[in-house]
Amino acid sequence: MKDKAVLEMKNIHKSFPGVHALQGVDFTLCEGEIHALMGENGAGKSTLIKVLTGVYNKEEGQIFIKGKEKTVSIHSPQEAQKLGISTVYQEITLCPNLSVAENMYIGRSDGLYQNWKKMNADADQILKALDIPAKATQQLASCSIAVQQMVAIARAVDMDCKVLILDEPTSSLDEQEVEKLFKLMRELRAKGVGIIFVTHFLDQVYEVCDKITVLRDGKLVGEYEIKDLPRVKLVSKMLGKDLDDMSDIKGEQSVYSGKDANERIFETEGLVSNAGIKPFDFYIKKGEVNGFTGLLGSGRSECVRAIFGADRVIGGTVKKNGKVIKITKPLDAMKNGIAYLPEDRKIDGIVGDLSVRENIILALQVLRGFFRPFSKAQANKFAEEYIKLLGIKTASADTPIKSLSGGNQQKVILARWLLTNPEYLILDEPTRGIDVGTKIDIQKLVLKLASEGMSITFISSETDEMLRTCSRLIVMRDRKVVGELSGEDLTQNKIMSTIAGGEKDHEQ
Amino acid sequence: MPFGKKVQNKFKNITDTNLLLMITIVVFFAMYIGAILFQGKGFLKPQTFFNILNANASLIILSCGMSLVMITGGIDISVGGVTALVSMCCAVYLDFHGGSLFVAILIALAIGLAFGLVQGFLVAYLDIQPFIVTLAGMFFARGMTTIVNTTPFNVANESFVALKDTRIYVPGFGSVNKLGKYVPAYIEVGVVVALLTVIILFCVLRWTSQGRKFYAVGGNSQSALMLGINVRKTKFLSHLICGLLAGIGGFVYFMHVGSGSASHASGMEMNAIASSIIGGTMLTGGVGNIIGTFFGVLSLSTIQNIVSSAGLDQAWWTGITIAAMLCLFLVVQSVVIARKKKTLKNS
Amino acid sequence: MNSKSVKSVNISTFFLKIFRCQIFIPIAALLLLALFNLIVDPSFYKITLGYNSAGDPVLSGNLMTILDYGSELAILAIGMTLVTAASGGQDISVGAGIAIAGSVVLRVLCGTNSRPDTLQAPIIVAFLISCVVAMLFGAFNGALVAYFKIQPMVATLILFTAGRSIAAWINNNELPIISDPTFKYFGGFIPGVPIPTPFFIAVICMIIMALVLKFTNLGLYTQAVGINESSSRLNGLNPAFIKFITFVILGLCVAVAGLIKVSRLSSINYSVIAKDIEMDAILAVALGGNSLSGGKFNMTASILGAYVIQFLTTTLYKFNVQSDALSAYKAVVVIVLVVLSTPVVREYLSSLGKKLKNKGNVKEVG
Repeated sequence: MKDKAVLEMKNIHKSFPGVHALQGVDFTLCEGEIHALMGENGAGKSTLIKVLTGVYNKEEGQIFIKGKEKTVSIHSPQEAQKLGISTVYQEITLCPNLSVAENMYIGRSDGLYQNWKKMNADADQILKALDIPAKATQQLASCSIAVQQMVAIARAVDMDCKVLILDEPTSSLDEQEVEKLFKLMRELRAKGVGIIFVTHFLDQVYEVCDKITVLRDGKLVGEYEIKDLPRVKLVSKMLGKDLDDMSDIKGEQSVYSGKDANERIFETEGLVSNAGIKPFDFYIKKGEVNGFTGLLGSGRSECVRAIFGADRVIGGTVKKNGKVIKITKPLDAMKNGIAYLPEDRKIDGIVGDLSVRENIILALQVLRGFFRPFSKAQANKFAEEYIKLLGIKTASADTPIKSLSGGNQQKVILARWLLTNPEYLILDEPTRGIDVGTKIDIQKLVLKLASEGMSITFISSETDEMLRTCSRLIVMRDRKVVGELSGEDLTQNKIMSTIAGGEKDHEQ
Repeated sequence: MPFGKKVQNKFKNITDTNLLLMITIVVFFAMYIGAILFQGKGFLKPQTFFNILNANASLIILSCGMSLVMITGGIDISVGGVTALVSMCCAVYLDFHGGSLFVAILIALAIGLAFGLVQGFLVAYLDIQPFIVTLAGMFFARGMTTIVNTTPFNVANESFVALKDTRIYVPGFGSVNKLGKYVPAYIEVGVVVALLTVIILFCVLRWTSQGRKFYAVGGNSQSALMLGINVRKTKFLSHLICGLLAGIGGFVYFMHVGSGSASHASGMEMNAIASSIIGGTMLTGGVGNIIGTFFGVLSLSTIQNIVSSAGLDQAWWTGITIAAMLCLFLVVQSVVIARKKKTLKNS
Repeated sequence: MNSKSVKSVNISTFFLKIFRCQIFIPIAALLLLALFNLIVDPSFYKITLGYNSAGDPVLSGNLMTILDYGSELAILAIGMTLVTAASGGQDISVGAGIAIAGSVVLRVLCGTNSRPDTLQAPIIVAFLISCVVAMLFGAFNGALVAYFKIQPMVATLILFTAGRSIAAWINNNELPIISDPTFKYFGGFIPGVPIPTPFFIAVICMIIMALVLKFTNLGLYTQAVGINESSSRLNGLNPAFIKFITFVILGLCVAVAGLIKVSRLSSINYSVIAKDIEMDAILAVALGGNSLSGGKFNMTASILGAYVIQFLTTTLYKFNVQSDALSAYKAVVVIVLVVLSTPVVREYLSSLGKKLKNKGNVKEVG
């Protein structure tokens, strides 16, 4: 085992049906180090963590823990804990109705009796040592989320952990709370704990981490010292684009040329929702295809959800053709000609037990109204039309959508929104899980629709898709809009450098 | 720190459980005082208070079990049916089979445990919703009561009647009756059992690690699982104990009424739930206090007493008033807790 | 040999298709019960033509009883199916609701005199008022579930307790009796028609519901909300309102059933009327193969399930089971049905089924 290493994972392989999620990944964590683990969707980040915490069993590879001679086999979260590997998750996995001290100690001992005095005294000691602003006897629910997270960390640390995994700990914290968390992390580092910091926030990585490991498509891209990896390089490694790759692939793009071609059909001003994005201004023209780009978690979906009324809007306005429109719920947006294909089709998209046909006609049906259901013949006609158009592979239009493959499910949802003939179509990761041939087809379809006057927002993790279809890109980082690119600036390089951000002091 | 700020801080830091408990105790005393003021001298007699205990000993025991299940995040609406079944079975055993009192008690415990076991298993290990399991349990128990014996009857077994009529005199409390004679106040055997139950369960919930696990599972069962608690075992135990207490409470009920009948304990599960909620146990789980439940029962029966001494038709009015009180407390609970969250956010 | 195995595969897939069909479950239960009675005592099925006290021809017999009382259940099952589909829970206050609805009818018809000679208002008016009242109580339940997000079974527990008391209060605790013979038609027989009226009322309700399901989106919306609430929202639906409205519809069904019930006796017994009917209604929905946790539903199967439950009840009566004891048997049936539908048990059974199928295949090859 490497010198000073507290954890070493070698050549880890893990597969699921149809997907080789981890392909020979190595990962090393040293004592007293804050190590960021980064990668886009499908990179293998969460799989690696789940292998380490015993949720999944690896197929190949070895895990070495400091203090153990031989490699270890981790079969359950409890085993991981015993080995000194603790995890603090994004959702607080504590009990809000119990006190701080109870949350720190419950479930750990097998004793019969509860010694309140000792428990509270011990808890207070730890809280003081780690400088956490909470009292042992306080009810956990009365602490802020940041403090609750710190209590979870305190529990992990007290269980003698050598490896502390923080899985997206800052997602629901504001700036001050993030600072408090970082302070705690630095103290733990000073005590020799190895911390794995899984996050999407670029700025935070550069503020507090010592090393970065990047995964992509299940493979290890590399492990780097923070000082050796400027932001732009990091982004390029995550997205898999070589910095020097001047790939400007633009297919034939016939552009919409109606009389109102340059009019802004939808605009937002200072729009902000309860999903945590900063207020943003936005516009899209008739027949235009634009996109939101940025790393996962940068707020792309949250922006479009705010426009559609999927999240509760708490400020700002939306305008259509210059007039302010009120969108408080999805139906308002739909009535104004907006359609939204959600990012997570399982939770927000498919209605599992309903048939393919019913899923396709659902949105249009709701628009039509309660008292005007489509006849079976008409519904069938719609279904057949789109099954053919998008090449949906299904036994029949009556098959429950949940038995289709992921890619075909996605096509059904796309069909649903195309059927509503919207003026503005928002596609959030429409090509996720779809085969390459169909991806191209969808991109061509998007261009065709745009040339006929439909405005489209296209969000994708794959920047070349967006470069092929969009004429304007809005760049996001850490939940706010940081730039807008169009015309000549639509290159991989420019995108990546905008995402990465300007020079900051602690970067060379 | 100015006094107002001090109070505000205390309000912030108090746990949900304790806050609701305070409300309950205040409400009970307010009601009792109100009863004394409006319904007069009857309520001043200590025996009136002890009679409330005597009449509700079984409800106290049942409510304790109910609170435990609710704290763990579940519910058990079979307890009334189990009580009726226990009464009928013991009655039949004592009178038709000439059995001993001791064995009758064992039968009561066995029936309660059996219900707790089966229901606990179905809820904890097969993941079936507790409501439907215990609803079926209630119907099963009621049906079985009729199958065991169709007609209601009074138990004549001597040792039983002796136990039933035992009076434990409370030193120091008493009143002078109409003839001028001093009559000491008394409680029944069942009250002792009830008070013991309250104390034991309170200690378990507060001072044993399993006791805290009930709260954890009720507060957030997913988190409890991640914290290393055996959630299934905890849920199973809560139903098991509730069943056992239904058996004990059933026997205490039997001791109070002295008969077996299919219409016994009708609606008692609802009273147990109402008492628990009034006592500060939240339906959603994780919050609750046995002492509060005790006061909840007292509040409930004080209302019943007020209703009956005001001359209103008891059977119908109590149903409505209990449901109304329940509704009221549910609303008060959610308002108070919401308020508390708001002051936290603003601080 | 090849054609033989192909044939057996075809037959087994044919049967599998039937088994998979949701409506197979109540049909199978029906056939089982029918067969059981046929074997044990065929006289169960005897229908006799007699005359009632008014001199009208009436058909009687166990089958008639099933049609008669099963119809009340069928009407309730219609509403309960919708509630279950949208909210994933059940309404246990329907019995109390029937008591209230019936009480309102009697109050309107009797006015302040509990033994009037003539009706104080047309029956149709009384019925409409009871509909409004029942729907208001349904709205109460619906609001608790949809807007206060309380579990359906728990929310309806409030009315379950207080309902009968409210019903008694409506009539000042008196037991009004109606002597007008036309009132008896609804729960009994229309002169000249030998089949009990509740059956026709149920058929009318079924036709209305069928029309509603065909000419509105009620079916699609309730199923969508029950299957995936967040996705439904993103498609423009208002899940809370849809859940709310299902409870109001159930309220309407409760009013109809209430009219039938009080018409049978021309009076009411507050603690006995519709006792334990909620268990039967839930059973009917479950026996119809509908998931008790919501989602897709088959209305016809529920209605059939209602008649099957009544068939079970009547069969048990025939074996001299006391009405109070009935609930014990039904409780067992409910538990068995629910246990069989849990994921744990389902997995176990399907793995068992696969093992058997494999065994069968091995036999054929060898």
